[in-house]
Formats: sequence, C-alpha cells, structure tokens
Amino acid sequence: MAEKLLVEAINDCFHVELERDENVMVMGEDVGRAGGVFRATAGLRDRFGPDRCVDTPLAEAGILGTAVGLCMAGWRPVCEMQYDAFSYPALDQLITHVGRYRWRTGGGMEFPVTIRMPYGGGVRAPELHDDSPETYYVHTPGIKVAIPSTPADAKGLLAAAIRDPDPVVILEPKLHYRTLRGEVPEGEHVTPLGKARLAREGTDLTLVAYGSMVPLSEAAADALAGEASVEVLDLRSLKPLDEEALLASAAKTGRVVIVQEAPRVAGFAAEIAAVLAEKAILDLQGPVLRVTGYDVPYPYWQIEDAYMPSVERVVDAARKLLAF
Amino acid sequence: MAQIAAAEHELRRVIGDAEGLGDREVEGLSEGDLLALYRDMILLRTYDERSVVYHRQGRIGTYAIYWNHEAMQAGAAYALADDDWIFPSYRESAIGLLRGLPAATILSWWRGHPSGWWNPADYNVASICVPIATQVPHAAGLAWGKRLRGEDACALVFFGDGATSEGAFHEGANFAAVMQAPVVLLCNNNQWAISTPVSAQTRAETLADKAAGYGMPGVRVDGLDVLAVYEATREAVERARAGEGPTFVEALSYRAAPHATADDPTAYIDLERVEEERTRECVGRYEGYLRRLGVLTDEQAEQIKAEAADVMREGIKAAESEPPADIGLVFEHAYADPPPQLAEDLAELRRILGGSVG
Repeated sequence: MAEKLLVEAINDCFHVELERDENVMVMGEDVGRAGGVFRATAGLRDRFGPDRCVDTPLAEAGILGTAVGLCMAGWRPVCEMQYDAFSYPALDQLITHVGRYRWRTGGGMEFPVTIRMPYGGGVRAPELHDDSPETYYVHTPGIKVAIPSTPADAKGLLAAAIRDPDPVVILEPKLHYRTLRGEVPEGEHVTPLGKARLAREGTDLTLVAYGSMVPLSEAAADALAGEASVEVLDLRSLKPLDEEALLASAAKTGRVVIVQEAPRVAGFAAEIAAVLAEKAILDLQGPVLRVTGYDVPYPYWQIEDAYMPSVERVVDAARKLLAF
Repeated sequence: MAQIAAAEHELRRVIGDAEGLGDREVEGLSEGDLLALYRDMILLRTYDERSVVYHRQGRIGTYAIYWNHEAMQAGAAYALADDDWIFPSYRESAIGLLRGLPAATILSWWRGHPSGWWNPADYNVASICVPIATQVPHAAGLAWGKRLRGEDACALVFFGDGATSEGAFHEGANFAAVMQAPVVLLCNNNQWAISTPVSAQTRAETLADKAAGYGMPGVRVDGLDVLAVYEATREAVERARAGEGPTFVEALSYRAAPHATADDPTAYIDLERVEEERTRECVGRYEGYLRRLGVLTDEQAEQIKAEAADVMREGIKAAESEPPADIGLVFEHAYADPPPQLAEDLAELRRILGGSVG
C-alpha cells in the first residue's frame, strides 16, 4: 500500500473509476486544463479527454442542472463545486430536482450524480472559502452525504459515491488535502456508505466526529489520556447514518460529546444528539454535549482559530461531562 | 467562432388573416400531416377545457390552464423525431399526450395521486417542471449528453416569458450554447407571469434579443400559428442535428385564460384585450386555414373532436378508478438504496395509520 496525501487519494480514485466505467465523467470549474484548483482532477483531461473531464462555464446551478440531464442521457457525472460556499447557487437544483427526480419518475430513472467540494476552515482564506455546509445537504431528501477524514476513506467514499445509484454529496476536508498523509489501497477501493469507523477505542467517553474534526478529536483524546479512556467515532457518512455504531459506542462509554465545525443551530450534531435522546437515553451518564462553530458568519482568518473547535474546547467539554 | 446575427424581430407567420395577409404553405407537410396537427391541437384543447371542468367538479386539484397555447405546443412537438426529448413546464403538462402518455396519467398527476408518475425514458418526455426555468439546464444537459454519446437526439424545452428573468434560464442557455448542445429553447411569451406583464420582466425590446448574448440565433413566431411554430422549430431542429447548437424561438401569444384555476385575473388583466384574443384563438385560426385549403370537412372535424372527448372520458374514468395509494409510496422511490431509518419510519406509520390513506 502506498502512502498518499488526502488530495492524491482523491485523484487516484478518479483515475481508477474513470478507467473502470466509461459512463463516469467529471465536470466543474477549472477541473480540466488546470486539474482543479486543488489538483484533485489532475491528469484526467489528458488521459480521458475533454469530454470526460469537462471545464464548464462558471455556473454552479448550470453544472448541477446539466448534470441532471446528463444522468437522463446515461452518464454518471461527478460535479466539482470549487469551494464549499460556492455550492450555494446549486442548492436550487439540488433541492428542487437532484433529490426529487428519481421519486418524481416513480423510480423509473436514476440520478447517480456525485457532487464533491472542499469544505471547512483553518486555511487562512478569504470570506466564503471556509464553510461547513453539510446540514443543507443532509437535510435534503433524496441526497446522501459522506465526509472522509483519512486519505483511504477519501478514495473509498468517493468511489462508493460514484458507484451509488443515488445522488451523493462528498465534502472533503480541504485543511487536510495536503497536511494529512496515509496508506491508501491501490486500484479499486470502496468504503461503503453508512458504515462508521472506530478511529480510536476507549471506555469512558465517546467523541463523535466527521471530516476534519476527526484528527482534532484524536488529538483531544491524546490530551485526555491521563484522565480518561476516550473513544473516537468517525461517522464517515452522515446519510445513511450508522446508528448501530453510534448507539453501540454510546452504550459502551455512556458519555458522548459531538464535535462539529459547522454553526451549532440545527447542525448535524443536533441530529446525533436527538438520535441519542430517542434511542440511548438509558445508556447515558450525562447530557450529550456539542462542541461546534457558532451562529455567526465564519470569521476573518486572523481570528478564525477562536471560532474553530479546538483541542482545548473539546477537552473542556469532555471534562465537564466526565465530572457530571 | 461563428458570427450570430441579431435576432429577427418580425413575427413569422404562415396562416393568413382577415387584414389581408394571405395563407402560405409549409414545404414538406402533406395533407395527412396537416390533419395530424389538427388532431394534436384538438386533443390538447379538449384536455385543457375538460380539466377546467374537472377542477370545478372537484375531480382534479389546482390546474394550470394552457388554453390558446395549443398551437405552439403541437407545432413545436410535431417538428421533433420520436427520439427527441421534450422538457415541459407546468404550462405544457399534457404535452405527453402527443407521445402516447395516457390522459389518465396526467390527470392523476393533477389529482395528486402517485399514479401520475411516469418514466420519462418511456416517452422521451421529462417530468412536469413546477419551479420556473430550472428545466432549461436539464434539457441542455440531456442534449449535450446525447451528443457526447454520438446519438442523434435533440431536446426541446418549453418555458414562459417570466422564466427568462431566472438565473436557471441564463445558466441553461449559456451551457447549451457553450457545449453546442442540440436544444431548441421554446419561449412561450404569453406576456404574463401570473400578474406581472412582460414589460416588467425585461427592458429588452424582444425576448428573442437575448439569444444574441448567448451566441445563438433568435427567431420570433406568431405563437398562435401552429404552422409558423412548426416551421421555425423544424429549422431549429435541423440546425441542432447538424451540430450547430441551440436556437431560441420566441413564440408570441397572449394568456387569454387565468394563470391557473386558483387565479382571478380580473384584478390585473385588460378584459377587453382578453375578449379580443379569444376571438382570434389558435385552434379556430388553424381550422379556418384547413377549411380554406379544403383539407378539413365538417365530418372529419366532428370525428376528431369526438375522439378527443372519448380520450378524456376514458382518461378521467381510469384516473378516478385508481385505488387509493398505499402509504408505502410516501417512502418508496426517493432513493434507489434508501437509508435504513426509512424502513423504521414506514413500519411505525403502518402501525399507527394502517394500510392506506385517501
């Protein structure tokens, strides 16, 4: 197995999946000639041609809207949204069509579109290059959502999304594109949607996280090493959600802190907390706590570290819960 | 890059009028074609008029009336081959009738029953698009995707004058042009978006003028002239099939009926103008043309109308005899491979509600 950066694992996945299935095509702004602003699609245009790695006009709703029609013509489009917050114009198509069209046809037609985008902060970028928009996607019926935290999962979840018969949104932690290296299986590699990963085993408290909050949670677990045995559950897929793994970990440790970079109000951590309230209440030794971003626009980068969930904030929440 | 001339402003017409414009003939159309077009228009007209009655009788829900738009719907659809796709807005909800979609299916759609679903691939007719203009990029994508596969199919997308103000129209039209997708953008300019006149949508002199900005030809036709719409669409389809990309066709009409059964236009529309438009409505105009040509007899007209009435009688009967939908259909079809929680939700709902609703 080769060691790869997270973004290299994504690129590797594309090379494998475009070779494997001639119906897969990649489309987006700057994905072809430039190979993507993060180089996730590097080399695809040269290898598979400009019709299968398409530089599109600068039009996110147009990208996703034409992808609906491409699906009707038998393609499996993979749409890149250049940044998290640039995907908002495409929400119109996502909500009104992508998540509904299969249903509208009584299951007659499938819309196996993949929408992927770099997400999250911590990269010292201008406004609207730092958002964590997973709630919008996961709240949309008909849409599946996965967020990898490791290079291997970045490859495997993207492959699962491309092969899935339903529309899947993949959010990629851009902070870790080039700062996280890990072993990635060669060739075809699929990480099934709906299966969480136990990033670290523990017995006293569970940190539930996904994407860029997983390495942070692991660092928090390290910081708490002398005080408690901390489990870290990497959800990997928000929809379908691996409730079994979540409930098993809650039953084991009895204490759950959810770590989410997105703003708190009605964020995915609230959904996790609700599932625990409905299905694990008797297993819990204390309240389910959340460490999240705040209900404010993502801040200017000189003060972004204060906004981002940090090891300190996670440790603080864990201590509160352990002392409850 | 090809130079695109400014859009034509003059309305193309084939059918003559009382003011001295003579009838023309469209090359390549046989008497059989002319009668087939008449049959299509009568079927659409009958569907529309019966639907308004069914709505008043409480047999279908809110319905978007398309009275006086039959000419542009039938004319444009007739210019297509069976492999070509049609992307209707809600204003063309019954266009599938012209492709063999049962009236019962469309009536069920307006009855809010899941049997109103159809598989677009069975008829090459996309689902009825309720939000404005968002189907334009779908048509561009389908046409582009077919072309990438080396297939010959085109797409025809219908939308209204108000839709040209939407971002989705712009992105779809621009994509179609950039990808040289074989699409016909057919704008039904009936001059009203519910209560908003077209003069409040744009400062462009004509909607067809927008085409030049996308690098595609724009033409204007009399939208009440079925043959003019047919001829312009046929030309656009020929261009598309020749690899020359999309065309914008502005079909000028006038909304001589309410926006929908839930709308009362007396608050905003010029009723005298509506009355005037109703006297020059499109089916009567075409009927006059055919009679002047000696192609249509009273007997044929009666028979065609009786056949259409039968289609509707059978259609509503079939739609109304659909059994109540199983509540499982609330959950089915949203996903090919659904999240497991949906099965739990359905089981719980069945326990509480029992087998069916409605």
